[in-house]
Amino acid sequence: MEIIDSGVGPMLQPPDLDAFREFNRRKPKTLIDKRMTEAEAIARFVHDGDYIGTELYGTVRCPMSLVSEIIRQGKKDLRLAGQGVLELDMLIGAGAVKAMDLTYMGLEVYGVSNCLRREVESGRLAPVVEWSNAGIAWRFKAAAMGIPFLPVRSMLGTDTFKYSSAKVVRDPFTGQPVCLLPALILDVGLIHVHRADIHGNAQVDGITGFCAEMARASKRLILSTEKIVPTEEIREHPDRTIIPYYIVDAVVEAPFGSHPGEMAYCYERDEDQIREWVEATKTPETTKAYLDKYIHSLRDHTAYRQRIGAERLQALADQAGGGRS
Amino acid sequence: MSDPGYNPTELLICSSSRLMEDGATAFIGTGIPMLAAMLAQRMHAPNLVAVFEFGGTGAILEELPRAVGERRTFHRALAASGIRDVVEAAQRGFIEYGFLGGAQIDAHGNLNTTTIGDHDHPKVRLPGSGGGNDVGSHCWRTIAIMRHDKQRFVSKVDFITTPGYLQGPGAREAAGLPAGTGPYRVVTNLAVLGYHTESRRMIVLATQPGATLDQVVENTSFELEVADHVDQAAPPSAKELSILRDEIDKDRFYI
Repeated sequence: MEIIDSGVGPMLQPPDLDAFREFNRRKPKTLIDKRMTEAEAIARFVHDGDYIGTELYGTVRCPMSLVSEIIRQGKKDLRLAGQGVLELDMLIGAGAVKAMDLTYMGLEVYGVSNCLRREVESGRLAPVVEWSNAGIAWRFKAAAMGIPFLPVRSMLGTDTFKYSSAKVVRDPFTGQPVCLLPALILDVGLIHVHRADIHGNAQVDGITGFCAEMARASKRLILSTEKIVPTEEIREHPDRTIIPYYIVDAVVEAPFGSHPGEMAYCYERDEDQIREWVEATKTPETTKAYLDKYIHSLRDHTAYRQRIGAERLQALADQAGGGRS
Repeated sequence: MSDPGYNPTELLICSSSRLMEDGATAFIGTGIPMLAAMLAQRMHAPNLVAVFEFGGTGAILEELPRAVGERRTFHRALAASGIRDVVEAAQRGFIEYGFLGGAQIDAHGNLNTTTIGDHDHPKVRLPGSGGGNDVGSHCWRTIAIMRHDKQRFVSKVDFITTPGYLQGPGAREAAGLPAGTGPYRVVTNLAVLGYHTESRRMIVLATQPGATLDQVVENTSFELEVADHVDQAAPPSAKELSILRDEIDKDRFYI
């Protein structure tokens, strides 16, 4: 295949498919109990310098209790794929991120991320490698398929391509230029779901974002779940299992685990809390004060929920109309 | 200028809304496109199929979404799938319109949402492509919604995040982008613009109420094409404004 053009961005996580297969071969295939706390899961599976990814998206079904624990344990030099709002903003604000494959890091309606601006404009967070949203999802899909790359028609002709580590080749069948996206295999994936059993068979309600792809692209997968259900319940509706147990390394029960983000049919997003974070990020000092108040000074997610308050959380659940979960 | 009775955001919403066709598929991003889609569903396009990039397709937009993945983007929807499904639908030619914004746009409709200044040492780090590049690559017709000034309408964008007509006629196809796709309209607080069929450069089609062609030209850093007959766009109607203020954004989250 003729290579027409190559992105100048470095490959932050070169995929090794045979090593991935070997790794997956060694994972337990029996139905073992994988329940643990956030503290145990993060301590066991997330290491300084690891390449991590989160799903879904900052204010929607985001694994906030897991992200908070990464910050609490002071993990550093992380490389990550994003795609993010609050979850990545807090990691970046905590100074835990060294480099990024980036598609979107902003605060949606609240505008650009002050944390990203400070870290990138100062040169502390570098390199930043560019991709489109679907580009990152397709990179996970390639890894999930166990293949080295996927040809797509996004990113062509742009600087988003130029500053990526993709390649444009001539399609050997038609002769047309096509963009090849390299597979992206995560050291650790972090996904929050509506329900899972103790083995990690997981279901989500509503849109599925890119959880099916990212889960399968992860060497280690930590699930947090609104609730743990009996395996019998999973077996009654096996068509609903979007993540099968054998990918999963840890199952963490985390009610309101997406707070201050939302969880479809369970609870609404907490606008006041989101605004408090956005305000706090205006200076490094106030960012640190927020992280101290809501993460470092609290032992775990249970303490976080107590700080937010049961009444306030219940009100968010009531707004969502009771839920299916 | 006397108070027109609406603010620039309301004008952008109403203008964009009128471009949304009943029965068409449209990628809807955060902010103004969401309000415009809701207004369109209540005015002239009850069957507008709103597609949101994380998987919501065909939602009935009863309440204003605050994020592109939140539950209102698949409220009573026809399908709730995922990001690949909807972008792959666009890649197969199913999505007609895409609505985009940006910090900078050039004469060929290329958009920048990535960096101001050098990429590796940026003066301002912006959020990045998000779904912008995918929408701009695959939708048949993309519509940019922008505030109109010289800092935004630039001769050369610092970074081409999302492809417009790239360097000009034929450049999209040469790059391998799907044939027949590209920028269609630009809606600003001063004008509604299109693209010249041959030069693929931005062309003034209509001025917004209260704005003059001179103002449009003065607030643009590149040379604009001008249609033989420049229309005067109609101001937001009382009905549009009341729906917008009393139903869609009662809490004044955006407007």
